[in-house]
Amino acid sequence: MAKSLGPVKRKFAPWTEPGAVPFIRFENITKRYGDFTAVSNLNLDIYEREFFSLLGPSGCGKTTLMRMLAGFEEPTEGRILLQGKDISGVPPYRRPTNMMFQSYALFPHMTVEKNVAFGLEQDNLPKGEIQTRVEEMLRLVKLEEFAKRKPGQLSGGQRQRVALARSLAKRPKVLLLDEPLGALDRKLREETQFELMDIQHTLGLTFLIVTHDQEEAMTVSDRIAVMDKGVIVQVATPAEIYEAPNCRYVADFIGDINIMEGTVVSASAGRGEAGTVGIDCDGLPVAVEQQQCTAAAGDKVAFAIRPEKVRISLDQPVDTSVNAAYGEVWDIGYLGDFSVFLVKLPDDRIIRAAQANVSRLVDRPITFGDMVWLRWPHDAGLVLAR
Amino acid sequence: MKPSRFDPVVLTLGFAFLYIPIIILVIYSFNASRLVTVWGGFSLQWYSAMWSNQGLMDAAWVTARVGVISATIGTILGTLAALALVRYARFPGKMAFSGMIYAPLVMPEVITGLSLLLLFVAIGIDRGFWTVTIAHTTFTMCYVAIVVQSRLLTFDRSLEEAALDLGSPPVRTFFKITLPLIFPAVAAGWMLAFTLSLDDLVIASFTTGPGATTLPIKIYSQVRLGVTPEINAICTILIGLVTIGVIATSFTSKRTELRRIRDEHVAQRGAA
Repeated sequence: MAKSLGPVKRKFAPWTEPGAVPFIRFENITKRYGDFTAVSNLNLDIYEREFFSLLGPSGCGKTTLMRMLAGFEEPTEGRILLQGKDISGVPPYRRPTNMMFQSYALFPHMTVEKNVAFGLEQDNLPKGEIQTRVEEMLRLVKLEEFAKRKPGQLSGGQRQRVALARSLAKRPKVLLLDEPLGALDRKLREETQFELMDIQHTLGLTFLIVTHDQEEAMTVSDRIAVMDKGVIVQVATPAEIYEAPNCRYVADFIGDINIMEGTVVSASAGRGEAGTVGIDCDGLPVAVEQQQCTAAAGDKVAFAIRPEKVRISLDQPVDTSVNAAYGEVWDIGYLGDFSVFLVKLPDDRIIRAAQANVSRLVDRPITFGDMVWLRWPHDAGLVLAR
Repeated sequence: MKPSRFDPVVLTLGFAFLYIPIIILVIYSFNASRLVTVWGGFSLQWYSAMWSNQGLMDAAWVTARVGVISATIGTILGTLAALALVRYARFPGKMAFSGMIYAPLVMPEVITGLSLLLLFVAIGIDRGFWTVTIAHTTFTMCYVAIVVQSRLLTFDRSLEEAALDLGSPPVRTFFKITLPLIFPAVAAGWMLAFTLSLDDLVIASFTTGPGATTLPIKIYSQVRLGVTPEINAICTILIGLVTIGVIATSFTSKRTELRRIRDEHVAQRGAA
């Protein structure tokens, strides 16, 4: 863990409490389809009222994992515990989970109202109560005036809200969201993300969301599990995932990062306390302040640093012996809020540096072809052993 | 392309080729003369003669009952077969089963009829109303299976999963979600099955027995003794029924299409 992160100051962090009982527990879960292993010996604990994301590229097993929790697939090996009870073999229609489908899966032959009431009707609730709950749900997603419409008469965003209302109507213990916002445009998606967080907070439910959109996962989640090829690579809070990824895969998957391969030259003060690890990245000496670094001298590791932590300037820094590089501005990506500079070192390696555009200048002082200095503090970079 | 003066001519000729025989049949059903080929003035006498022709009316009643029962059973079995073929991705003998369901489509009717006859003789069933009904069920169910199967292939399975997820057991899910959504295809399958049963001559004549003469068999046997204008009359009524059916079907599908377009407009307005 990077030192700069400091102690986790969160009100809600049951996973850090030693006595906390997980709400959902995946225990040694393996799922095979013929020769293909979709999920491989996976263990995961999710806590009550948590907003948990499964993040990964398509085919990483995240959807399979969710479908096993919903009951549409049975694990080949292992078991799933919900509130301590094994739910293997319980059919989907008897599980206290509800799912919001990627395609929304609204019943086209029923009105919005009927769609939302469907789950409640299955429980044989009295008519009046169903009516009250449906109205409540439609108010929650701001669709009261669309109650009598059919799904075909709604826009994409409205359909998505109906799907949400329908999956929330039964007050499930766990709400599963399968790429819920994939079909919405960017503005609407961002809005809905905040609404989802709001609803989750208001209702106090446990949300499990499957997504390949890292921004979405970062925005909404309490914790994220990054998956690759059927295994979980890292489970941590969004900030930890971003600032302290545990391997090259996570570092590269989340956000933008410079990764340089290198060899540890000095790791004298490592192990358990703050110390500096010296790495030689093919002639570029870097030093990283990192706690609990187990790398020893001679180990092949990667040095990684986020572009926004690399400072760029035309002036030569005082100390250029370590954590500094000199190169030519090769390309500039102007994003409005940020500018990303691609700086080419004399040995053709490219380091990206991002700079916030704090002043309203159209002509930036640094431009194409300029020779610039890059530097970064000891605590900005990371050592990735895996 | 510029319309050529030749086009209307071709169109007229084509339609004439298709419809002149039918038109002649219809016109002569209103013929006052007993001779089929000589026009003797307008009359409805053959229609009233037809109503009082007990043999013809019995045959029509048998045909209607065979049609309704066999189409209904064939639709149920065909729908189930389509579900099995589309839904259960892997089961032993799936290839053989899916091939076999199409066999009656390409099998010459004579062979289907003959093999059914041999079967009924072998197991010692008296031939009559029920053997015809069973025979029609067997050959119509594959048509239903094909119609329903093509609908199921485009059916979004997550709809059923959503229903299960919301607490509806599989059987209820089928009746509340799947069936209402595939119903147009099932109904079309039923109509097709009924029509096929209505005009089948070959299989019916193989599998029928005493007291179960269907209308096509009756017409065919009467024509062999000479065409009477009564036959023209009943054929005209059959043509009328089929025409109404076709128009009704295309009208409903047109209306569904119009409703879909209207819904889309509403959605767009709602989004704006």
